[in-house]
Amino acid sequence: MFWGNRVFWGNRVTMDNLMTFDWRLDGFMVRAALAGLAVALVAGPLGAFVVWRRMAYFGGALSHTALLGVALGFVVGVNPLFGVSFVVVAVALILSGLQRVRGLSLDTLLGVVAHAALAAGLMVAATLDRVRIDLMGYLFGDILAVGWTDVAATWTIAVVVLAVLVGLWKKLLSATVHADLAEVEGVNVRRTDLAFMLLLALVVALAMQVVGILLVTAMLIIPASAVRSVSRTPEAMAVLAAVAGGLAVIAGLAASYQFDLPAGPSIVAAAAVLFGVGLVSLWPKSKGV
Amino acid sequence: MMGTAKVLIEATDVAVAFSGHTVLSGVDVRVRAGEIVTLIGPNGAGKTTLVRVILGLIKPTRGTVQRQKGLTVGYMPQRLTIDPAMPITVKRFLQLGVARGLTVAACERVLADVGAKHVLRQSMQGLSGGEMQRVLLARALVRQPDLLVLDEPVQGVDLTGQAELYRLVQTIREQRGVGVLMVSHDLHVVMAQTDHVICLNRHVCCAGHPEVVSRDPQFSALFGLDVAAALAVYTHRHDHTHDLDGHVLGEPGVLGEPCDHG
Repeated sequence: MFWGNRVFWGNRVTMDNLMTFDWRLDGFMVRAALAGLAVALVAGPLGAFVVWRRMAYFGGALSHTALLGVALGFVVGVNPLFGVSFVVVAVALILSGLQRVRGLSLDTLLGVVAHAALAAGLMVAATLDRVRIDLMGYLFGDILAVGWTDVAATWTIAVVVLAVLVGLWKKLLSATVHADLAEVEGVNVRRTDLAFMLLLALVVALAMQVVGILLVTAMLIIPASAVRSVSRTPEAMAVLAAVAGGLAVIAGLAASYQFDLPAGPSIVAAAAVLFGVGLVSLWPKSKGV
Repeated sequence: MMGTAKVLIEATDVAVAFSGHTVLSGVDVRVRAGEIVTLIGPNGAGKTTLVRVILGLIKPTRGTVQRQKGLTVGYMPQRLTIDPAMPITVKRFLQLGVARGLTVAACERVLADVGAKHVLRQSMQGLSGGEMQRVLLARALVRQPDLLVLDEPVQGVDLTGQAELYRLVQTIREQRGVGVLMVSHDLHVVMAQTDHVICLNRHVCCAGHPEVVSRDPQFSALFGLDVAAALAVYTHRHDHTHDLDGHVLGEPGVLGEPCDHG
């Protein structure tokens, strides 16, 4: 996995030896599934908020900055997970400050920050002599290389994020429906929004290992939008989004195993199929639901 | 008649400037319990800005806002657009207004109060304009407020519905004894049902108790004889006049160049 030691030891596992399915490789799929499920568990509910708040581009912008975190992690010599978390959280804070800039839309500012950070990440990565960062692994994810430590770290962060989200739920929902109304009713909207951005930053860092930088937004918004048609309450949509994300992880990994396909893209494709099914069931009753 | 009721909220000498551009200056607003105060004025007069100052959403550049201790405010925003991707019923929307939660029976009661009991289980995004305003009013009421702040409560509602909504606000005031601060840019229906009118155009042009006075030259000059005859009227005096959009004009009665005050 990307913050594991693969870069140094290069123990890349190919799909050819997966087909032999010995206990070691079986465990390998189990680890991938466990890490993927942890990510789906938090990406679903947070993704619902990303959809409700129309922040899809924000999620994408955050994920673009993750590469800078990976590169800086190598430069400083710390676990890239810390590098990614640090950079993504820092960028989230910068963006929340930039929201108040007048004269430029947030959309534009996001584009500036995201691409500047991506460019900086690529530059820093190129200056590293001792290690060659596997760009493909980071851009498209490398869940099949996840180790047990990574699974544990992923679950720990996921559970913490989920606990904070549950505690924040009502305030966040209220602020999403109408920020001023929530503020008048005693919700500290700025602090709530900030907390949400930090949670989002952490989930981006987690999702990056599963589907890669380029597909992180997909893990956030596709499961949530897929279950819109069958959800009656915000809570139902959040829970179902986590379930749909979990299904996509399992189905994607199965397809990856079966047909020798890259795991991250397979997971996203599976989610997209679920979205298609949801869209069909949404179609006849297009009025509101 | 309202002089003895306790003051719920009082804004004194409020001025607001956005990046050096003055939006409001020297504004005083006071709302007492059981009183309906209406802010009127043209688009861009600063009505919504003043409301946001009073609600504590923005800090005034100058001046103060004093609230009665422990004041609960029920706020009805000008518009509410929930992304269609969020599945949310009216019931859930009302429950969001109370931190400790709200029983279904309480939701039904408050909806019955605003005459929209049938929408309880409907989706927020499927409501008509009139239903939406009633639900927003219900949301403001679920907190058992001392003060209601209504920002253009009849927006997107047809004429019959407008009259009904204003009557509803009256009823609520009488039954609950709340103070009401209301924003409107049409005075037609509002005037008759208001205790105090503040005419705002970046500053307070005029303020006073509207009384049913059949003929007031200022009002006639302002809104035309037909309107003046048909509607409730101010008794206070203007020191300047407005065109039909409410813009401040020069000498009283002279339609021409805007004066440069404010």
